[in-house]
Amino acid sequence: MTMLKEGRPTTPQLAVEDFAPVLPETATGNRALMLEEKLIFEIGSPDRTGVDFAPLPEGKSRLGGLERSAPIGLPGLSEQETVRHYTRLSRQNYAIDLGLFPLGSCTMKHNPRLNEKVARMPGFADVHPLAPIATVQGALGVIYELGEWLKTLTGMAAVAMSPKAGAHGELCGLLAMRAALEARGDARSVILVPESAHGTNPATAAFCGYKVENIPATPDGRVDTAALEARLGPDVAGVMITNPNTCGLFERDMKRIADAVHAAGGLVYCDGANFNAIVGRVRPGDLGIDAMHINLHKTFSTPHGGGGPGSGPVVFSAALAPYAPLPFVEKTENGFALIEEETAGEHHGGSFGRMVAFHGQMGMFTRALAYILSHGADGLRQVSEDAVLNANYILRSLEDVLDAPFAASGPCMHEALFSDKGLAEGFTTLDVAKGLIDEGFHPMTVYFPLVVHGAMLVEPTETESKAALDQFIMALRSVAERAKAGDTMLKGAPWYAPRQRLDETLAARSPVLAWSDATAA
Amino acid sequence: MRYLPLTDADRRAMLDVVGAASIDDLFVDVPAQARLDAKIAELPDHASEWAVERHMAGLARQNLVAGDVPFFLGAGAYRHHVPASVDHLIQRGEFLTAYTPYQPEIAQGTLQVLFEFQSQVARLFGCDVANASMYDGSTACWEAIGMARRITKRKKALIAEGLHPHYVSVAKTMARFTGDELVTCAPELTPDGDVDALTAAVDKDTSCVVVQYPDILGRISDLSALSAAAHEVGALLVVVVTEPVALGAIRAPGDMGADIVVGEGQSLGVGLQFGGPYLGLFATQQKYVRQMPGRLCGETVDASGKRGFVLTLSTREQHIRREKATSNICTNSGLCALAFSIHMTLLGERGLRELAMLNHARAVEAAEVLAAVPGIRVLNNSFFNEFTIIFDTDARDVARTLADQSVLAGVSLGRLYPGEEALANGLIVAVTETTTSEDIAALAAALKEVLA
Repeated sequence: MTMLKEGRPTTPQLAVEDFAPVLPETATGNRALMLEEKLIFEIGSPDRTGVDFAPLPEGKSRLGGLERSAPIGLPGLSEQETVRHYTRLSRQNYAIDLGLFPLGSCTMKHNPRLNEKVARMPGFADVHPLAPIATVQGALGVIYELGEWLKTLTGMAAVAMSPKAGAHGELCGLLAMRAALEARGDARSVILVPESAHGTNPATAAFCGYKVENIPATPDGRVDTAALEARLGPDVAGVMITNPNTCGLFERDMKRIADAVHAAGGLVYCDGANFNAIVGRVRPGDLGIDAMHINLHKTFSTPHGGGGPGSGPVVFSAALAPYAPLPFVEKTENGFALIEEETAGEHHGGSFGRMVAFHGQMGMFTRALAYILSHGADGLRQVSEDAVLNANYILRSLEDVLDAPFAASGPCMHEALFSDKGLAEGFTTLDVAKGLIDEGFHPMTVYFPLVVHGAMLVEPTETESKAALDQFIMALRSVAERAKAGDTMLKGAPWYAPRQRLDETLAARSPVLAWSDATAA
Repeated sequence: MRYLPLTDADRRAMLDVVGAASIDDLFVDVPAQARLDAKIAELPDHASEWAVERHMAGLARQNLVAGDVPFFLGAGAYRHHVPASVDHLIQRGEFLTAYTPYQPEIAQGTLQVLFEFQSQVARLFGCDVANASMYDGSTACWEAIGMARRITKRKKALIAEGLHPHYVSVAKTMARFTGDELVTCAPELTPDGDVDALTAAVDKDTSCVVVQYPDILGRISDLSALSAAAHEVGALLVVVVTEPVALGAIRAPGDMGADIVVGEGQSLGVGLQFGGPYLGLFATQQKYVRQMPGRLCGETVDASGKRGFVLTLSTREQHIRREKATSNICTNSGLCALAFSIHMTLLGERGLRELAMLNHARAVEAAEVLAAVPGIRVLNNSFFNEFTIIFDTDARDVARTLADQSVLAGVSLGRLYPGEEALANGLIVAVTETTTSEDIAALAAALKEVLA
C-alpha cells in the first residue's frame, strides 16, 4: 500500500446560492439562538475594563526609563460583556458535552467533573513550582502515585512525567533512545516509521537529527514485517510504531518486530496514542518496547480544551531508564524528593537533560489520577473492552454501506476505518463529514491514515451508550447513502452550522492572522 | 461504573451484532503471551466519587497554599489574582471538551478566540503576528532558537546571562541533538546585565541573541542597541518574557527591534498550578511567519460570504509536512490561551496598565522596606515586580528557615544555580498585586530575625 499525498478539498466547490433555501433575512444577522458575535476589537475599547484595583500608592518608578507610553491597542470589556462574549462564542463549538465526538486516534471520551473539582483544590492549583520541597509533599505525591500506576499498567520499568503532550513525549522517547545509543558509541542515523503513522512521528525523528524512512503497510493494514526486517541494519537507530495502529488494528507481530530490532542493535518506540484500546488487557512492556508515551488527554480523560493542554508521560524499559529526562520524583525515607540537575548524581548521570521549565502538567496529573482511582484495575479493563466493543459495533453496523477496507481481516480495536470507495462520482469523504455536521455530530477523523483513500476513522470510545451509537450509525448510514446516490445538497453541507464551508485556500493565500485597525470595516 | 453507560444486556446485544461470542474474541489479534486474562492484581478496584475526592483532598492538604501565607516566589511563575469569570467561562463544556478545531464550521468559538488571542499577544509583544500557543515559555524559547537557525542558516546562539536557567537547560538539551552551539554563562551579581557585552559579541556567525526581559534577577535593559547590532550582522534578536504583565508598564520588545518574542503566559488567567499546564507565547514579524512553529488561526469567508476563521498555513506543520515540518508540536495549550485571552479582555489596556503599575508600586515598596533590614542589599537599579536581594549568608538556608515559619520568602539563586558559589547568597523576591503591606512587613520581620 502507498501513502496518499493529494489531501482533501480546501475550497467550497459549489456556490451556495445554488442551494440555499430562501429564508427571511434578519436585521442583526442573528437567527434566534444562533447569535453572531463580533470580535473584541470591534466591541471593546482600551478605556473599558472588567477589573477593579486598589488605588495606586504613591511611589517613584524604578523601570529604568523604559516606561511604555505608546498605545498598546488592547480592547477591554466590562464583566457582563465579557461573560456574554465568550458564552456566545462557546455556543458555536461542538463538544463532547454535546454529543458523540468520534475523532479517530483522538479518544474523545467523557471528561468527569470530579476531575475538574480536584484540579482546582487550592493545594494543587495555588502552589508554586519552586516552593521549598518540604512544602509540596502532596504535589510530589500525586506525580509519584500517577507514575506508579502508569508503570504498572504498561509493565514498564520507569516513567518520565514532564513531557507536555504526545508529540513532546515522542521527543522525550527519541532523545532517550539517542542518548542510549550515543552512550554506547553508536548513534546511528535512521528511524523507520510506518506509512500509517501520525505526522508527529516523522517530525519528531527528524527533529532529533534522524533520517526518516517509511515502512510500507500490508494489504491487511499492518506493518509489513518482512519489509521492516529487511531494512534493519547497523544504521537503523530504531522504529516508531503505533500499537494499536491508526487503521484500528493490533500489530500482531509487535513482539517479533521488537526482537528483530533489538537483535539488529536498535530500539523500539511505541506511539501510545491508542492505549485506550488495550489498557488493563495488554501491558506494552510484554511486547518488548523500550519507550512509549501516554496521552493523558486521551486514555485518561483530561479535557482536550479545544487544542490542549495535553500531557504525555513516557514509560521506559530498564535499558532506557538511566537516560530519562530531569526532573523526576523519587520516594525516600524522608518523603518525596525532586531529582533535578543538582541531585541527579551518578545513578541518573546519564539523563539526557531537561525538557521543560518545571515538572510537567500538574493540572493534568491530578485529573488523570482522579480518573484512574475512580476506575481502578477492574474499571480500566472494562474501559478497553467497551471501547473495542463500541468500535466493532460501528464497523459491523456500517460495513454494508461504507467500504471498510480491513473488515475482512478480523475485528478492529478501538476505532473503525472506512474509505470513500463507492461514493458517487465527484463525492468525497469531506462531503460525508460535512453531512454528519448537519445531523448533529462531529465528523470522524478524515483523510487519515494516509494508507487508505479518503479515510474515515471512527473512534466512539467507551463512554458512549448503545442508544448514542445507534443514532450515530443511523446518521452516518443516511449521509453515506446520500453520498452514494449523488445527492447534490450534500455538496453544500453543512447547512445548519454557524458557518457553511470555509475557504481554506483563501486563508492560506493571503493570511490575515491578527486584527488590524487599518483594515477594519 | 459511573462513566460507562453500557449494561450487560447492551454488551450481549452488541456482541451478537458483531458476531462475537465473547469480548475475548475481539482481542484475538493480541498474541497470547501478551494478553492479560484478568485485571491487574496489584492495583485497587474502582472507587466512589466521594472516596476519590477524599484521597485527593488528603494529598492537596500536604501542600502549603500560596494564598494562605506571605508569598514572594516568582522566577518564571507569578501569582496574580484571576477574576472569577475566567474560570467560569473556561469551564463551559463547549470550550473545555472540544477538540482542536479541525472542523471549522462547528468550531468558530474556539477559532475566533484563537484569532483574538493571537491579536492580543502580537500587540502586547509589539509584533505583527503570534501563533495559537506553545507548551510553555521554555519550549517556546528553544523553538525560537530553532526558527532563528532556519532563517539565518547559522547555528551559534548567544544566550544572555539573565535567561531563566531552566530555559537554558531546555535549550541545551535540544542543542545537543540539533547541533546548535549555545554560548551561555551564569549571571553576575551586578545591577546591570550583560546587554552591552552581547552587543559587542554578536558577529557574522551568530544566528540569534536570546535575552530575557525583565531578566531572571529582575533587571530591565534597553535592547534597542543590541537589536541594531544583531541586525547589522544578519543575526536575529529573540526576547523572552516570563512576566507578560510587565509589558503593561515597560516598552514592548518588538518596539525595540526584536525579531521573535516568546514568553510564558501563565501570569494571566492560568495560575501557579505547581508548574503546569502553562502557556507558551510565540510572536514574530510578518516576514518570518512561514518559518513559525505551531498552529495559526486565520481569517477567511464561508461559502455564503460570511467572515469565519480556520487553522491556516498548515503546510508548515507535522500533519501535512511530516519530517519536513517546522516543529513536531500538535496539541498545544488551547484552554490556557482561552484563559489568558479572557483575563486580558477583562483587563483591557486600561486595566493592564493599572495592574502593571500596581505590581510595580508594591515591588518598590517591598524593595524599600527590605533595603532597610540590616544584612540585606538590593541588587537592582531597575526592576518591574521582581528584584534580587543579597545576604551575607546562604540564601537557600534562609528561605528554608522562613518556609518552616510559613513565610515563602522568594526563590534562592542556590536552588536555580546549584554549585555557583558566587550566587549562593542571592534571593529573588517577587511582589504582585496580591501582596499586601502586611505580607511585606511579615517578610521583613522574619528576615530581620534570621539575619540578626
